[in-house]
Amino acid sequence: MMDDLRELYQEVILDHGKNPRNFRHPDDSNREAKGENPMCGDRFMVYLTLKDGVVADVAFQGRGCAISTASASMMTELVQGKTAEEAETLFHTFHELCTKDEDEQGAHGEVDEETMEKLMVMSGVRQFPVRVKCATLAWHAMNAALHGQDSASSDQF
Amino acid sequence: MPEADAILSAQKAIGAYDVARVREDFPILGRSVHARKGKPGKPLVYLDSGASAHKPRQVIQAMTRFLEEDYSNIHRGVHFLSQTATDQFEAVRTKVARFINAPSDRNIVFTRSSTEAINLVAASYGRTFLSEGDEIILSIMEHHANIVPWQLLQADKKIVIKVVPCDEDGVLDLDAYKSLLSDRTKLVAITHCSNVLGTVTPARTIAALAHERGVPVLFDGSQAVVHGRVDVQDIDADFYVFTAHKLYGPTGLGVLYGKYDILKRMPPYQGGGDMIESVSFEGTTFKAPPARFEAGTPPITEVIGFGAALDYIEALGRDAIAAHEHDLLKYATQQLSQIEGLRIIGTAPGKGPIVSFALDGVHPHDVGTIVDQYGVAVRVGRHCAEPLAERFGVGPTVRASFGLYNTRAEADALVESLQAVKEFFGA
Repeated sequence: MMDDLRELYQEVILDHGKNPRNFRHPDDSNREAKGENPMCGDRFMVYLTLKDGVVADVAFQGRGCAISTASASMMTELVQGKTAEEAETLFHTFHELCTKDEDEQGAHGEVDEETMEKLMVMSGVRQFPVRVKCATLAWHAMNAALHGQDSASSDQF
Repeated sequence: MPEADAILSAQKAIGAYDVARVREDFPILGRSVHARKGKPGKPLVYLDSGASAHKPRQVIQAMTRFLEEDYSNIHRGVHFLSQTATDQFEAVRTKVARFINAPSDRNIVFTRSSTEAINLVAASYGRTFLSEGDEIILSIMEHHANIVPWQLLQADKKIVIKVVPCDEDGVLDLDAYKSLLSDRTKLVAITHCSNVLGTVTPARTIAALAHERGVPVLFDGSQAVVHGRVDVQDIDADFYVFTAHKLYGPTGLGVLYGKYDILKRMPPYQGGGDMIESVSFEGTTFKAPPARFEAGTPPITEVIGFGAALDYIEALGRDAIAAHEHDLLKYATQQLSQIEGLRIIGTAPGKGPIVSFALDGVHPHDVGTIVDQYGVAVRVGRHCAEPLAERFGVGPTVRASFGLYNTRAEADALVESLQAVKEFFGA
């Protein structure tokens, strides 16, 4: 059972949880959405700078647990420079990684191998169903921002 | 309440309190958690009785026996079983009245939960006797169940909600309370024991101050009634609410105690069967309380189970239970305090056996997940008391709550699992 814990809290997750990347509010962001988990009070703002259909910049601020913070931080690194369409593909791919067994996961579009490996880091959360909402919180907010919405609540995930 | 003299007088009893023997009455405490693929699990360390307590075999068996032998709807049939079931059901009302020293069975209304009991008072008493500009007083320590029903009333009746603060230890600010009481105050609704801080509020004083102005007081006793003697006449409560499932009884059942002269002035909360004298399309007349507030078929089997839970608690002895829980609280507080970076939220003198804390550098959700792998069940989050979490500036916390079946060894298991959390996070 401690293996599951190690799987969930890998070194890279602990690192991103403690030292989140892109933890800022960009001056030129033109989309933002709040991600909120009313159960635990975790709350993030995700900021996107969309230019010509490309995510030129993505960042976040807020407070949450190690899982939600690490996932938000890794999300910003993965989504940076992607087209809106690619970013959405990443969201759906990640969501399935966290919620479905391998044989139930469908294809949502092209995701390169290196990106896939990075997404897989968080997939240990599957063994901890109550923590899935933590892992997907900032991703939901990012997806909401892509679609011009201003919030995503884990009540609706 | 775990007041000093009550505890002292119970010290004799604790010698006779055999927790190992008590645990045998709770079948679920024997299980392990997280066992898989041939690997044994961890013994369950249940420190979440503040959320809901487990049920002794006596309760489970009473409900089974009732369903197998005596079950029927109540207050209706002339047939044998209906009489039998009604007698047993009403006998529990008497037990509940005795348990909180209510003057009569007539003061006891069965509800679905503490939450429903408060909603009943807000809807029935509130809508009838409160109007625009009237003030009600709550405290910062309230569970959402004692906030939101009043906000619903506020939206409807334009009443004003005032909030009594607490100090850094979690002690209710009585001076602030006194200054909030005014001619505009029409109701006070305050917890008798905080579900986060464990603070026991001075109910008798709160009621006496309100009564000087003729203002009725409701106490949310959901936690208080579990950890010590509550005497509604002694504290002079106008309303007192609590729930069965935290008292080692079944879910789906709450209690509203009300002074009879107030209850009888209140209109029905819900309409339906069992609460009417006569029904016609020209007009319907209602029964007297408590029947007036018990529309529809109640949770009959659960009431029977609750009766068994009250018997069980009385047999163990409430002073003995309080003394045992006080010992656990003292021990757990000592042990937890030795963990570097751990801050206990709620240090009021005479508090109940509830310990909420924050651990530096580790989010409570991560704490909860990791200690759970060690078999330790705690509550994490804001415990349905968001304003209080904001007050202490800690956001969510971890809460360990102790019940009559917990042991010092379980407090040790919590401390060990927290050491593992710290190692994990290098905190």
